[in-house]
Amino acid sequence: MIEARFRAAGRKLLMPYLTGGLTDGWVEYLRAFVEAGADAIEVGLPFSDPTLDGPTIQEASDAALARGTTVRSVLADLNGLDLGVPLVASTYYNLVAHDGPERFCAALRDAGFAGLIVPDLPLDEAGELITAAGAAGIELALLASVVTPAPRLALIAERSRGFVYAVSLMGTTGERHEVDAASAALVERLKAELAKSGTARPVLHGFGITTPEHAARASRAADGVIVGAALVRRVLDGAGPEEVGGYLATMRRAIDQGA
Amino acid sequence: MSSITEVLPRTRAGVMVDPGPRGRFGDHGGRYVPEPLVAACDEVAAAFAEAWADAGFRRSLANLLALHVGRPTPLTPAWRLSAELGIDLLLKREDLAHTGSHKINNVLGQALLATRMGRTRLIAETGAGMHGVATATAAALLGLEATVFMGERDMERQAPNVFRMRVLGAEVVPVRSGSRTLKDATSQAMRHWVGVVDEAYYCVGSVIGPHPYPYMVREFQRVIGDEARGQCAAELPTGVPDYVVACVGGGSNAAGTFAGFVGTPARLIGVEAAGGAGAASGRAGVLHGFRSSFLQDGDGQITEAHSIAAGLDYPGVGPEHAHLRDLGRARYVTVEDSEVVEAAVRLARTEGIVPALESAHAVAWVIRAAASGELPPGASVLLTLSGRGDKDISTLMELL
Repeated sequence: MIEARFRAAGRKLLMPYLTGGLTDGWVEYLRAFVEAGADAIEVGLPFSDPTLDGPTIQEASDAALARGTTVRSVLADLNGLDLGVPLVASTYYNLVAHDGPERFCAALRDAGFAGLIVPDLPLDEAGELITAAGAAGIELALLASVVTPAPRLALIAERSRGFVYAVSLMGTTGERHEVDAASAALVERLKAELAKSGTARPVLHGFGITTPEHAARASRAADGVIVGAALVRRVLDGAGPEEVGGYLATMRRAIDQGA
Repeated sequence: MSSITEVLPRTRAGVMVDPGPRGRFGDHGGRYVPEPLVAACDEVAAAFAEAWADAGFRRSLANLLALHVGRPTPLTPAWRLSAELGIDLLLKREDLAHTGSHKINNVLGQALLATRMGRTRLIAETGAGMHGVATATAAALLGLEATVFMGERDMERQAPNVFRMRVLGAEVVPVRSGSRTLKDATSQAMRHWVGVVDEAYYCVGSVIGPHPYPYMVREFQRVIGDEARGQCAAELPTGVPDYVVACVGGGSNAAGTFAGFVGTPARLIGVEAAGGAGAASGRAGVLHGFRSSFLQDGDGQITEAHSIAAGLDYPGVGPEHAHLRDLGRARYVTVEDSEVVEAAVRLARTEGIVPALESAHAVAWVIRAAASGELPPGASVLLTLSGRGDKDISTLMELL
């Protein structure tokens, strides 16, 4: 579903991220993201120990949990909402294992999610969740990194659903000064593997996308970008949906012009 | 709680052996790391397998353990405390190992491995600071740099160890997130590692983390159990103690001790802090790269451990301990902070040994179990005294 929607978009893709339950009325930010030209939205289900996240998403996770946010409360907040773009959940595996993969994926589907990202679940451990997600109609997108060797990259390309998440740098999520040069090579390798397996699954560039210029540059090689900390930083600093959406819109324009 | 006599020791083949390429201990273990760390874990696993099969590597390590650490550590009969308790208590003296705890056994193994892999810097997390001090020591000895992540709260509680690390030339990085203790220091070390895998080696301090760490750290710590096994054979009429007791945070001194006795009829007891009992009161979960038993709330969020001993302030337990628990081969019990302080002082005043508060957990359980009759009169007990209490002197002074 995500893949088809992406193809139908006919443009470079923009997937903003927000930590679910970060503020009162956090869902308003999602509406602003759609308004700004998001093609999908990644919603983080906050976890106490986000080991692949830098200071910004850590702070957001802590803030959301301190407000009493739970997986259930995030799903409840989204209940009945149709934003018109696919929603992709992201969280750490302990929260999936807590409910069990089947129940977890069914709950996501019932809340209107189309996809799922679990950064601490590498391919080798993902078998159970791949099966459960498939059965629930949730597309589990796998991560690829710049140091993933070729045969493994082929497996990741083949088994990922919805899109492939290209982790563009060796580090945690967060704002950066520039786009890592190694990332374009990773995207090219992934696209070659996807072509070999005969699919046109999009490759999205994540991590470190901070400015409109970064977004434009990264989306030349990739099919689109995922933007997290740059938006979450603004929310944590008190910016409202209109302001954060406005910043995302500048990224949208830069991507459309640069591509 | 089942009585000890119901937990019959089972000796089975295949317990505490190589967990295979996926690092599984029954339902536990594995490698739950982000994709950018998979290659680094593979590299450590391959290097360890090759080194551990190499007699030259083992000789180098044995030399360092003899000449630098002072191994073998003695097995000391606790004469006066034994008489008071009506049992036969033997102490495996890891407190006498260089740097003051068993941590150095593992660190020297991993530091040698890091050198073999061409790495120039060690990264470590530390709770009480003993693993940090050991890492700083090994780095100095082998000419490596060291970066140690330590929770801000632990840096306050264990200030002398922070100074020791700095004197040894290590960089100590305060961790200000979450509970500001070992859990958060571990998360921060893993985050840092992702960015520096080519240059730095992550020297995990306990039998936790992604495969191969729980297995590798147990192998480097099994020197405790192997030595104790031989020493008990010489010391005890039966050759094997009735009980083998060790404290458990992540569980490295217990894993090393148990490895020497898992094939004997000895009953294995792991003693956890009541406020940090990953094995005794945790639920199945995944954190820091492995599946095991963790303290968590009803929503699956990891909760904070609380113990007077900073080294036991960890919300989980090594995957092999969760497996030994599931098998019924080891039993995990808890003691309260107040019992721990009493036990530390009692050992000091009967045996002239001030134990680390972590190790005092094991002493506290033995004292309680001897008093309640859970340990039968005359039972022989091997207790691993994992570290010395110098670092805890100010904590003890405040409580006395």
